[in-house]
Amino acid sequence: METLQLALVHALPEVILAIGVIAMVLVGAFRGKPDDGPMSEIAVVLLGAALVAIVLKTPGVSGVVFDNAFVDDRFGDFMKALALIGSIVTLLMAGDFFRGEGINKFEFPILVVLATLGMMMLISANGLIALYLGLELMSLALYVTAALSRDDARASEAGLKYFVLGALSSGMLLYGASLLYGFSGNVSFAGIAAAIGDHPNVGVIFGLVFLFTGLAFKMSVVPFHMWTPDVYEGAPTPVTAFFASAPKMAAVAIATRVIYTAFPGATHQWQQIVIFMSIASMALGAFAAIKQDNIKRLMAYSSIGHMGFALVGLAAGTEEGVKGVLFYMAIYLVMTLGAFAAILSMRVNGKPVEKISDLSGLDNTNRPMALFIALLMVSLSGVPPLAGFFAKWYVFLAAVQANLFTLAVIGVLCSAVAAFYYWRIIKVMYFDDAAPAFDKPSLTLRAVLAVSAVSMLLYWVYPAPLVQAADSAAKSLF
Amino acid sequence: MYSAIVFLPLLGFLIAGLGGKKLGDRPSEIITTALLFVSCALSWITFVDVGLHDGHFSAPVLANWLTSGELKIDWSLRIDTLTSVMLIVVTTVSALVHLYSIGYMHEDSSRPRFFAYLSLFTFAMLMLVTSDNLAQMFFGWEGVGLASYLLIGFWYEKPSANAAAIKAFVVNRVGDFGFSLGMFLVFMLTGSIAFDTIFAAAPGLANKSVHAFGLDWNAMTLACLLLFMGAMGKSAQFLLHTWLPDAMEGPTPVSALIHAATMVTAGVFMVARLSPLFEQSATALTVVTLVGGITAFFAATVGLVQNDIKRVIAYSTCSQLGYMFVGLGVGGYALGIFHLFTHAFFKALLFLGAGSVIHALHHEQDMRRMGGLWSKIPVTFACMTIGTLALTGFPMTAGYFSKDAIIEGAFAAGGHSGVAMLAFVLLVVAAGMTSFYSWRLVFMTFFGERRWSEQYRLLHPEHDHGHDDHHHHVGEPHESPLTMMVPLFVLSIGALAAGYLFKGEFIGHAAGEFWRTSLFTGEHNHILHEMHEIPEWVGYAPFAMMVGGFVVALFMYVVAPKVPATLAGKFPALYKFLLNKWYFDELYDKIFVKPAFWLGRLFWKGGDGAIIDRLGPDGVAARVVDGAGFASRLQTGFIYNYAFAMLLGLAALITYGMFSLGGGQ
Repeated sequence: METLQLALVHALPEVILAIGVIAMVLVGAFRGKPDDGPMSEIAVVLLGAALVAIVLKTPGVSGVVFDNAFVDDRFGDFMKALALIGSIVTLLMAGDFFRGEGINKFEFPILVVLATLGMMMLISANGLIALYLGLELMSLALYVTAALSRDDARASEAGLKYFVLGALSSGMLLYGASLLYGFSGNVSFAGIAAAIGDHPNVGVIFGLVFLFTGLAFKMSVVPFHMWTPDVYEGAPTPVTAFFASAPKMAAVAIATRVIYTAFPGATHQWQQIVIFMSIASMALGAFAAIKQDNIKRLMAYSSIGHMGFALVGLAAGTEEGVKGVLFYMAIYLVMTLGAFAAILSMRVNGKPVEKISDLSGLDNTNRPMALFIALLMVSLSGVPPLAGFFAKWYVFLAAVQANLFTLAVIGVLCSAVAAFYYWRIIKVMYFDDAAPAFDKPSLTLRAVLAVSAVSMLLYWVYPAPLVQAADSAAKSLF
Repeated sequence: MYSAIVFLPLLGFLIAGLGGKKLGDRPSEIITTALLFVSCALSWITFVDVGLHDGHFSAPVLANWLTSGELKIDWSLRIDTLTSVMLIVVTTVSALVHLYSIGYMHEDSSRPRFFAYLSLFTFAMLMLVTSDNLAQMFFGWEGVGLASYLLIGFWYEKPSANAAAIKAFVVNRVGDFGFSLGMFLVFMLTGSIAFDTIFAAAPGLANKSVHAFGLDWNAMTLACLLLFMGAMGKSAQFLLHTWLPDAMEGPTPVSALIHAATMVTAGVFMVARLSPLFEQSATALTVVTLVGGITAFFAATVGLVQNDIKRVIAYSTCSQLGYMFVGLGVGGYALGIFHLFTHAFFKALLFLGAGSVIHALHHEQDMRRMGGLWSKIPVTFACMTIGTLALTGFPMTAGYFSKDAIIEGAFAAGGHSGVAMLAFVLLVVAAGMTSFYSWRLVFMTFFGERRWSEQYRLLHPEHDHGHDDHHHHVGEPHESPLTMMVPLFVLSIGALAAGYLFKGEFIGHAAGEFWRTSLFTGEHNHILHEMHEIPEWVGYAPFAMMVGGFVVALFMYVVAPKVPATLAGKFPALYKFLLNKWYFDELYDKIFVKPAFWLGRLFWKGGDGAIIDRLGPDGVAARVVDGAGFASRLQTGFIYNYAFAMLLGLAALITYGMFSLGGGQ
């Protein structure tokens, strides 16, 4: 019989965020001013405290608490840490942008914390109900942030599209959950796995497909990706950065957890689904991005492609594969945050610009920035010895070891096609005539960009910590 | 110390090559030259120590290069008498050429690059001669090839220099192909490429055979012939000689160092080094003799009519290399190496002297525009005359001892072999022609009427040669600076004395003590003794030919200068045949170059352009663009389209799930 204290110890990071966010709501409500004031800093401190709580947790302690609804393990810790880093960096980068646009409302930090809380609950979900709770807590907060800039038609459109399609996907997910409960009589993942055994019946397969569809929407993989380009382009850039980073961690984490803990007996079925989505995402991410001239839209397709690559590891269905996924997500997070730091730095005379042509001749106007962006682009395209290469290496290796040769080959080919648009940015920066120079970015943005690019460049010097963390996290799932 | 000899030039290369721009021209020159002189001094110490005194043999291993299965290759320095001889040849000539180049190249704008290349070449050559296995030798072999390519094409803005550089590289590739195959075959036969191992295994392989192309070949013969193919390429022997004359496009110090004294003798060195293998195959040695004899004769005939001063010397080099191979081929490895040794001095001297003439005439190389120069540049004239005397084998000069010894060796071997006798005849005739073209060069350059001043003014009316000669009169030939003359003096001493001083050690009574195990001779090989037991007239034959050549040249170019033109007019076919170098370039162009271009164009336009590019990169790129357009159009912006896509995807997955389940159960 577990005690409440034990449960709260296991869920300490979530508890910190939950209590903190309630306090933030109260402070915001009673402060009486619409601007954000110290809220951003408070939010960063809260998220940082949660991150510290995860990092300092006694290693090896794991457990299932809250009536089988909440699982605390290394896998969760790893992904939660990534999500928290994504949220923290987003908040750090966002302040200047919102102040510049006059939409520095105190709700944004609160919404980010709420969404992050949802992500963490989602990552730790050990049953269908907890999964849905976490997912909706995260999604509802995200819908609002997408439309944060209420006076901007594009942002409103983005928020609305995201909400409507999100509702549709939630419906599918719920329907899948109900089917699963109906056919297995269980809501916990372990219970479902035990009930379906090695021979899933058609109801379970239906449930699996519907459930996975809902998760795929959050991961923005093809064909449930359609919202992504529009929302990425329409939402304020810091919000886009947030969408591209933290929620992706949570969505990939729960998708991984669900298929490994709830459907080990239906490996063949979910493997086919994942392979299909993976190939479709990689291909679309590679091809559709070529024609884009808006860099945020390009990043949207890039993230679709990268989710496809991550799914390659998932499709392998092995511990190696999970390790590859975890590793991929960590590298993806750093690259994405760096890329958005660069996009947020694209301001001319105080106005943000987001065309690729605005980067023209950046090498002449801002040499360090051009170099860092070039490094990130090279890493995103997966060229050794930058970290992006190792990320792809691990997932492809896992796929090859699982005899998924076709998938690996298609992945490599897509990656070659995708290299085109990453390298085009380098070409634009170094060989085209100079466009107007950007304003000097804030210290935070410069720091994020530099740290991201340099860590990608020098990752190979000391790869052990990340590899070991991903390794032990992957082990805890099996 | 041995490491210092080899690696100091590398250091010089790195300093001048990487830091040359920063250091400036003069410091680069001084550093590389100084390092070379240190290396040279150490080489002489090594020579005295290893060759003349105790002669201890050592092969310190520097590092393991690679180990793969049975194949184990080390970086090591094999130091024995043969190596020490090569060390002094290479470092001495190289040091002098470095010094000479300071003066010769003083107008060039990229001198650090030039000196870096020279040092790189020297390093590679030293790696070659100190190698203790075939792979390291190949490394040096390719290294000198690379440096040669870079230096021939040093004036890369000249298309002819580029073409010559490429030609040298490509022709050498043919030989290197043979070398590689030979190396593979040796490894296949002995399981090793380390010299000690393969030398020890060689006697046991004498009668082994290998099966290739449906025939059984004597293993040793095949291996030796393949390796000799490499030597033919590097040493510009008949059929693979075409690159050497063209290589004269490079700066003259390069010709002296690489294309006369050192690199081209690498083939001779290789055969001598591998004497334990060649001794096992009489057939291979016969081929070496034959090729050497033909080359000596052929190159001498072409040398008779050339007008470019450097080309004459180039053909002479080619011819002398033929002599060396005959020496090797008749089993007198010491004869070949001795001639290599003396030849390095007088041929470098001739080239550097020619360089001095060219320098004096502002890069005029055509002898028809020279003449009467002896009073203008008397020191150069004296040095050139010494070089010529040595080359033609005037008594007591260096060539007299080494070249005549080879001719005598060939005659001695002619006792048991028709090929050796043929080689003897070819060599004697070639000796006469050598004398003729050498003196012709001297007479055309230094005597007769002066043909340079008018042409010079015609050629350089505004004197815009990029020439910085504020220190002498326009158009007036002048003696070269001291940095260029000192090497000439040193080499002159070598050309005069090297033969007399060292004949005892190299080929005389002390030869056995001197070479010890570095050259191998089989138990039936007594060539060094037999060559002393020949009729007396054989010894006088080369001398007679030399005098004959001198007299004819004197007659035709000093006494009656009209005769050559008359002769050429009387025998136009023969004259054209010789002037066009037996039409080898034209022949190769028809047989190899044109078809290769045709084939290349076929693959390029037809294979690559029409098939691979169209279906491959271009086609793929076009399809990618189409795909990109299609993928972008999917994104309509309408929310019902998006929802529809989601539902469609869901339906597809559900359908697939049902069917896969049906199959599963």
